[in-house]
Amino acid sequence: MDGKLDWLAAGLPTEGTNAARPRAGDVARKDVPTCRANEPIGEVRQRVRAAGWDACVVVNDERVVLGLLRGAELDTEQDEPVERAMRPGPSTFRPHVPIEEMAQFMVAHDLPTSPITSSDGRLIGVLRREDAVRVAHEQHEHDETSEEAKR
Amino acid sequence: MPQELHDRQKVQELMDRGAQVVEVLPLEEFEEDHLPGAIHLPLRKIETEARRRLDPSKPTVVYCWDSA
Repeated sequence: MDGKLDWLAAGLPTEGTNAARPRAGDVARKDVPTCRANEPIGEVRQRVRAAGWDACVVVNDERVVLGLLRGAELDTEQDEPVERAMRPGPSTFRPHVPIEEMAQFMVAHDLPTSPITSSDGRLIGVLRREDAVRVAHEQHEHDETSEEAKR
Repeated sequence: MPQELHDRQKVQELMDRGAQVVEVLPLEEFEEDHLPGAIHLPLRKIETEARRRLDPSKPTVVYCWDSA
């Protein structure tokens, strides 16, 4: 094992004061649709929208993230393969990143969704900005209540 | 014999078989996050305290922050 960082980045359980605090991997939605790079966009779009999503992660057979399809990309020519329309090599984040940090980053960089991957690039889920902001806000309120109770 | 481990699966197997897991990072970092059941034994104290705090009959996994 390449140290504690590697353990955390794999989303494995830990103990300690941070263990109960929400992190990117806890809040990420695991039911995000995935597709392969060679699938026709039209089929993928149908599947993604039927599942109530507006984003899809392009993965290989090992679930390693290759790209991302968001709303605009999903609406491209339906016979085109996914690889022509996807955003290749999207920024991915590790599951141990605190949710407050993720919320700030996603707001500052106007990211509606961020793939969360293990250290070897495998998809864990997708974090939606509204989920990150909501949980960060809840955590902030929880922290303030705890501080007040201590006084 | 000491050996380097780079495989999480192997570490988990050792933990399942009762290995002692030791974190050598400062206390503050240990208190924030550590592997389940880990013992805190900071690097500066490892030579003086390891014999007293660790069971020599069990395998021991020692880790720090990363492999650098």
